Amino acid sequence: MASWTIYLSFIGAALLLAVRPRDMRWVRGLALGTALAGLVLGLAAAARYPADPAAPLIVLARARWIPSLGIEYYLAADGISLTLVVLTGIASVAGVLFSWNVERRAAEYFALYLALIGGVYGVFLSFDWFLLFVFYEVAIVPKYFLIAIWGSTRREYGAMKLALYSLVGSALVLVGMLAAYGVSGGQTFNLIELARGGFSSGFQTWAFPVVFVGFAVLAGIWPLHTWAPTGHVAAPTAASMLLAGVVMKLGAYGALRVGMMLFPQGAMVWRPLFAGLGVIGILYGACVALVQRDFKFVIGYSSVSHMGFVLLGLMTLNATGVGGAVMQMFSHGIIAGLLFAVVGRMVYDRMHTRDLADLEGMALNRVLPFAGLTFAVACAASMGVPGFSGFISELLVVIGAWKAFPPLAVLAGVGIVAGAAYTLRVLQKSFFGDHPRAPVEEMGRGQGLTWPERAGAVLLMAATVVVGLYPSLLLDIIMPSLQASWMQAMLKGGQG
Amino acid sequence: MQTLFPWLILLLPLAAAALISLFTRPHRDLSARLSIGAIVAGFWLTLLLFALPGAAAQAYETRIPWLAAGGLQIDFGLRIDRLSLLMALVVTAVGGAIHIYSYEYMRGERRFSTYFACLSLFTFAMLGVVFAPNFVQMFFFWELVGVSSYLLIGFWFERPAAADAGLKAFLVNRVGDLGFLLGILLVWSRLGSVHFGELERRLAENPAALGAMATVAGLLIFCGALGKSAQFPLHIWLPDAMEGPTPVSALIHAATMVAAGVYMLARVFFLLAATPHWPAALHFLEGLDALEIIRIIGLFTALMAGLIALQQDDIKRVLAYSTLSQLGYMVMAIGLGQPGPAMFHLATHAGFKALLFLGAGAIILALHHEQDIWRMGGLRRAMPLTFWTFLIATLALCAVPPLGGFYSKESILAHAWHQDKLVFALAWCGSVLTALYMFRLVLVVFGGSPRRPRDAQPHEPSHIATWPMLFLAGLTVLAGGADVEGFLAGGAQGTASLASRLAGPLAHAPFVMLAGLAATGLGFAMAWGLYRGAYRDPLPARWSTLASALRQRLLLDAWYARWIGGSFEALACLASGVDRWIIAGAAVRGVHGSVELTGRLLRLAQTGKVSTYAFALGCGVAALLYWLIR
Repeated sequence: MASWTIYLSFIGAALLLAVRPRDMRWVRGLALGTALAGLVLGLAAAARYPADPAAPLIVLARARWIPSLGIEYYLAADGISLTLVVLTGIASVAGVLFSWNVERRAAEYFALYLALIGGVYGVFLSFDWFLLFVFYEVAIVPKYFLIAIWGSTRREYGAMKLALYSLVGSALVLVGMLAAYGVSGGQTFNLIELARGGFSSGFQTWAFPVVFVGFAVLAGIWPLHTWAPTGHVAAPTAASMLLAGVVMKLGAYGALRVGMMLFPQGAMVWRPLFAGLGVIGILYGACVALVQRDFKFVIGYSSVSHMGFVLLGLMTLNATGVGGAVMQMFSHGIIAGLLFAVVGRMVYDRMHTRDLADLEGMALNRVLPFAGLTFAVACAASMGVPGFSGFISELLVVIGAWKAFPPLAVLAGVGIVAGAAYTLRVLQKSFFGDHPRAPVEEMGRGQGLTWPERAGAVLLMAATVVVGLYPSLLLDIIMPSLQASWMQAMLKGGQG
Repeated sequence: MQTLFPWLILLLPLAAAALISLFTRPHRDLSARLSIGAIVAGFWLTLLLFALPGAAAQAYETRIPWLAAGGLQIDFGLRIDRLSLLMALVVTAVGGAIHIYSYEYMRGERRFSTYFACLSLFTFAMLGVVFAPNFVQMFFFWELVGVSSYLLIGFWFERPAAADAGLKAFLVNRVGDLGFLLGILLVWSRLGSVHFGELERRLAENPAALGAMATVAGLLIFCGALGKSAQFPLHIWLPDAMEGPTPVSALIHAATMVAAGVYMLARVFFLLAATPHWPAALHFLEGLDALEIIRIIGLFTALMAGLIALQQDDIKRVLAYSTLSQLGYMVMAIGLGQPGPAMFHLATHAGFKALLFLGAGAIILALHHEQDIWRMGGLRRAMPLTFWTFLIATLALCAVPPLGGFYSKESILAHAWHQDKLVFALAWCGSVLTALYMFRLVLVVFGGSPRRPRDAQPHEPSHIATWPMLFLAGLTVLAGGADVEGFLAGGAQGTASLASRLAGPLAHAPFVMLAGLAATGLGFAMAWGLYRGAYRDPLPARWSTLASALRQRLLLDAWYARWIGGSFEALACLASGVDRWIIAGAAVRGVHGSVELTGRLLRLAQTGKVSTYAFALGCGVAALLYWLIR
């Protein structure tokens, strides 16, 4: 059933383009319905997982696609995919709700939006490398148009930069894919079979960095991160929510599912370097976020910092750290979505400025009290306050890192402190810098939040709180997947 | 019941906080009642737990599975033993009184309901620390305490000073918490558990289990207390935290949250007392054990804060530095290897320091938010009840028998005397300072004649505020009869008669007791000589350098702001510049630019003239021929 998340999204997109309803209610309703259906399907699949601890993989669809090349149409899911499918579902529903005010070419907007979602679902559910790569490319195209047509600040530049970075990453992945296909005998792209077959350590040593970096570009690995802040700033609200919330996870997921699963020995060789880059990303993103004047850039660089935790967690190569990294993917997806929703939709669409110095004089907390509450919750979650998902995931990553590289764990801890510094600074400047330059009543006139905004915010806040209070909800599906035989080769290296 | 009650005690304040913030915010009275009801119910339930047969005798736990990742299995549970019950009683008793007092103090506040929601959230977090059975859960609530403290310090965020104070408190605490977290990780990686009971058992089985990192682990964990209990060098946040509402200062920054550090040290004392051992890289520190360092830091904080308190003019800041100083005594007691006396002093201090803050709050309200003690004066007649309760608390703080503070402080001093005469001598000097700054406060605020505008007519607060003060005064008077140390040590209650306990200090350590009384007398005499009827502080005129250094808090805050804040800011600007000009600029644009340059150069060749192409073709053919024929 989970494979229908993909089909439904594309069907919804096609319907929107084919019918182009005049009535905005139909457009929005169709988009919301599709996104909701995806979320429900994802939740249902996650709730049933794992049906049988001995079989950590659920096969969803398997058919021959291009038999001469051994390419299969192979959709399957384990706990890691399902975690990210649920994340995509939540983020897509929230994104539609926060796009409620899009009027210009709305049918095309939502069609591209759903196509992007469909591609993302596809990546998370593909267990054939070729198929995964196809979906990965499918996701890039709508992203470019969403930014270039509906974006704001320097949108063409942002869109181009994002597209170029993505393509460079894809090129690296393609090289790695063809090489692995050739070396393994040219029989299959099936990820599980490739992992079982194994590669020589010499091949792994050069293939791992190529594939890992290729994917990690999209996860914002330092120093290839600069597409992220510019892209986030240029994108329309829902697109930056998806960009930070889901698209960056595509990179991290690919790095784990393909790079690390197929080339565990290569990961062992290269992990000090990439763990170091992850920690640099954490600290560097936090430092840069501290001195930004544009509200959205702060959030953009905070994404770089939080994704650093994902990379560090992956490179620990132990169950705690990798599990923590997957959880951090989920957590950051939700929290970044919430932050961008507040900045882009709730504040920018009303105040038409993102300059923190201007916002300081607007008494936003009194003009938009619900937005203030949402942003305070989002900031608390972002800086890892207990009770929110970020606390558990960053704690698990630091614990995992402690086992693998104690000095890096210390530096990551410093990153958590620095995270509190920039988050509290932006919180105070944006909403609680209470020196109104005009009477509050005047500024607040007719600007109350609409119901879709409230609903979207509540959905995201609930997700981070529920997981934060009871992390087993996610860990109980992530951890059994790490027990699978094809993941164990990777985790054996990280015990030392 | 034994498992139900602790859950109720913990969860009632959370329920109150949730109900208020979700539903009852428009109803001010109902919100306040929910919050007060939750903590008062918690107080009675704690008393019932004490009364239940056997409940206090045997440590027990109740837990539910919470988190399992890799080799890490953590339950969410409650540990009920003598230590946690005592601390829960302190939190709910003092906290309950302060909740009720807040009802009066915050009456005119626009965000009255929000205030109570935050207060209940804090109570929940604090009780979570108290009942935590393992390190991870304690850290969870530890951070939550920091957050609720941030919310309450910055409650009046419209004032920049309050917003900045909240930020400073949170960040400084986070620095300490980082050490704490690393300490937890170190202990977990060495001993394979984060559960207190399990850790104690494993360490008892194999005292050398921590190996070379024993002392480092103890000190890292102590870092957590350094932040929360505001010990040097992380003490700088506490005086600024006085920007919060006064009941908050009483509850969080005097009675409970700052005591959490001491409580935590008492909880994991077995780790601190592990065989001292340093890793090879720190070999030169061999011979110094964790407790020794803790003792020195506590003593230093006690003395430094006592000195700074001498020259503060804001009534709340005097009390804040006094809190720092007393926390220093508690930490020193831990460092002396005596968690019992430390907890005893924590309990008595919670009562009388909260009482002092509530008195200060009454004065601040009566004088329309005047906090400068040199604009008070003569309040003894205008506010007799406040005066008497304030005096009782002052006497307790200065360790005058038979008040609670006397017994707890004498106990610490007696242990210092037995172990280290130098520590005792310095701690004794601290006692002189305590009496000096406290009687300076009392004489200037309540004595002399009024030094305020004539139209101000100060009066006592209403009954809702005075009852909690009387309740705390009663506790302060009676606390001396409580055998906290014996209770914690696990002895059966009531073995020693009340009379023999009350006369205990005289019997056990008569010299220490007399010395302590002499210190108080000396401090009082100095205050009397300097400040009776004074209109302005005589010290700056006599010792100007010393006084100005003390007024500027020994320049530590300025130094921190310049060096740590400044260098962090510079680093951030540097990183931002690198990002804009080097990575995004030179590297990315460089690639982009060189592609474009190549394109432009190639375009030059595309002239569209046949002659150019023919010329190029000819050159090519010539080159090819040359290469082939050669």
